[in-house]
Amino acid sequence: MSGTFVGMPAFPEAARDAVHDTTLRGNLRHATHTIRAKRASAVAELSDWAELREAGKRIKDHTLRHLDRYLEQLEESVTAAGGTVHWATDADEANRIVAGLVKATGESEVVKVKSMATQEIGLNEALEAEGIRAYETDLAELIVQLGKDRPSHILVPAIHRNRGEIREIFAREMSEWGRPAPEGLTDTPAELAEAARRHLREKFLRAKVGVSGANFMVAETGTLVVVESEGNGRMCLTLPETLISVVGIEKVVPAWRDLEVFLQTLPRSSTAERMNPYTSTWTGTTDEDGPRTFHLVLLDNGRTDTLADEVGRQALRCIRCSACLNVCPVYERAGGHAYGSVYPGPIGAILSPQLRGTGSEIDASLPYASSLCGACYDVCPVAIDIPEVLVHLRERVVEGGRVTRAGNKVVLQPAKGHAAERAAMRAARWAFTHPGVLRTGQRLASRTRRLHPRSLPGPGRAWSGTRDLPPVPAEPFRDWWQRMRGGDGEKGAAG
Amino acid sequence: MRVALFLTCVNDTLYPDTGRAVVKLLTRLGAEVDFPVAQTCCGQAHYNTGYRHQAEPLARHFSDVFRDYEAIVTPSGSCGAMVRELYPRMGERARAEGRGDGLAAALAPVVPKTYELTEFLVDVLGVTDVGAYYPHRVTYHPTCHGLRGLGLGERPLRLLRAVRGLELAELPGAEECCGFGGTFALKNPDVSAAMGTDKVRNAESTGAEVLCAADNSCLMHIGGTMTRLRTGMRPVHIAEILASTEEEPAV
Repeated sequence: MSGTFVGMPAFPEAARDAVHDTTLRGNLRHATHTIRAKRASAVAELSDWAELREAGKRIKDHTLRHLDRYLEQLEESVTAAGGTVHWATDADEANRIVAGLVKATGESEVVKVKSMATQEIGLNEALEAEGIRAYETDLAELIVQLGKDRPSHILVPAIHRNRGEIREIFAREMSEWGRPAPEGLTDTPAELAEAARRHLREKFLRAKVGVSGANFMVAETGTLVVVESEGNGRMCLTLPETLISVVGIEKVVPAWRDLEVFLQTLPRSSTAERMNPYTSTWTGTTDEDGPRTFHLVLLDNGRTDTLADEVGRQALRCIRCSACLNVCPVYERAGGHAYGSVYPGPIGAILSPQLRGTGSEIDASLPYASSLCGACYDVCPVAIDIPEVLVHLRERVVEGGRVTRAGNKVVLQPAKGHAAERAAMRAARWAFTHPGVLRTGQRLASRTRRLHPRSLPGPGRAWSGTRDLPPVPAEPFRDWWQRMRGGDGEKGAAG
Repeated sequence: MRVALFLTCVNDTLYPDTGRAVVKLLTRLGAEVDFPVAQTCCGQAHYNTGYRHQAEPLARHFSDVFRDYEAIVTPSGSCGAMVRELYPRMGERARAEGRGDGLAAALAPVVPKTYELTEFLVDVLGVTDVGAYYPHRVTYHPTCHGLRGLGLGERPLRLLRAVRGLELAELPGAEECCGFGGTFALKNPDVSAAMGTDKVRNAESTGAEVLCAADNSCLMHIGGTMTRLRTGMRPVHIAEILASTEEEPAV
């Protein structure tokens, strides 16, 4: 995965600043609550939502189970339709392939459709290093790029920005990249959109190379599908002479008819739309229409390793709708940047530690970036049980064990920094399997209760910095029970 | 009906009033309640923090203690969800690790007969009016594992609506997590506290005196936040409201 986020602090520290940034909290709260409510009503309109969700899950599981077969079929179909297929094991290889393909055209700039895969591999930075400038054309990605910022949401990457901030970025930065923002630009949405439209139109009309990802790839026909709402994608996919698409291998589906399910569930889950505004499909190249040359770069970058894990592999069903981000109470307060990845929120917390491994501080902390409230699982249109995978990855962090990395089986050591917790868990397990020990501890706590503070020093401040401790009662329930029953097994001495 | 009270380690140690309330309530409704004193902990904190293998002996112990009862009732949505949802999963994982069916078989007897309290009242005893009296304005917070794990739905609200004297105030953002999340509260204290504060502010906006829930762990977090913010509101477990009568009112 991209080096962009290497060296990130662990999630709790990264989240702390966001929690106390009142502007950011306000922006996120407003945006997530709005889209959350809209999604709920869009989904409620469909009487067969549960069946669609189950169908989406099954199509993805089936495809993943036979991924080798469908990928080879896809390669044959794309090649037969006039495209060229490249296989990239990791980010570096994918970046090298794309840079080489752009250089071969003699061009030094590309226009981009919004794409998670190219962000995951840090393509823009890699192209920049080769003297090639990549222009983001999705409105929100443009805001992020102009603001020298990082995306904080999968679908709406500038969700952390409000209109005033966007106006300022446009006014300050557009002239550095091309057509400047008009004089006297205000923060009304129509004016901001018009400024972006005029700025981008120059790029669309000039560009000879387009770079995209894809939402789906149809193995049967070799067709790629991009789902977007602004029309910028349609421009990038049709105007340039060369089109290069970088797509994760898990985006393949067997047949066109499978799209029937996802083109219902994806728009409703992501933008709360009944039907997606711009759905572009293309199959290789076509004479006299669209790009003359088409390259498909199939990206692994940790996906095969993820597929090897029985519990974790369900993360590969993800269709990047973002519904889990919008409903997540942790994301709402921590913001997307705290997740240290282009995949923030609940899905990011299970994808990043699988695609990148749990070696870094940020990746080892992501499985804990959840209260396990389950709201993400409820809204997921492909039924990824995110809490289940989070707990599974916590186990990987604290226990280590066998995993697959770069195609090889390796044995992970337990992560550092959990020694005290591990000891406490073992001690608690021992006490809880010896009821007499538990009872002794409870009685000791009750007898010393007048001595207990309402706040704790040291690490205990994690609790008592913001919350009072509950008072310890004069006796635990079990003592009352045995006292009431006279300890002789008499039943029903209640009340 | 012979019912085992699975009180949970947190309630046994810190919230004995909740246990007494459950005993009083179930006895009033005609059930024969037992508290098997060998009970300890279901293993939820271990499991959810990543110590599944440490949770296994606790789950086996749970099954040994409770397997012979007709029904197992717990005043905790999350501990109930642990037994019903996660014990089967623990059995499956042990099988997948090549350890055979032993764990799954050991845990299977307790899974279908474990009930969260409000579920037991409505589904098994078939009552919604439990004869309670509680003359206070109350708002109800549906805790996550009860709401989304067990699917308690309207059951707690139906029980509360039937309580005489009780004025029920709707909680804005009710279905949002309070931010407790077990060890989450300690591992991510800033986010947890921010969620808790938002929950408390929403509760305050209802004008209720009491915030009620079916899980004392969440109430420990919400209540600790309430007193720190000096709101004047109180957290009360739903069992204590349902046990309260005119003759023997809850404090």
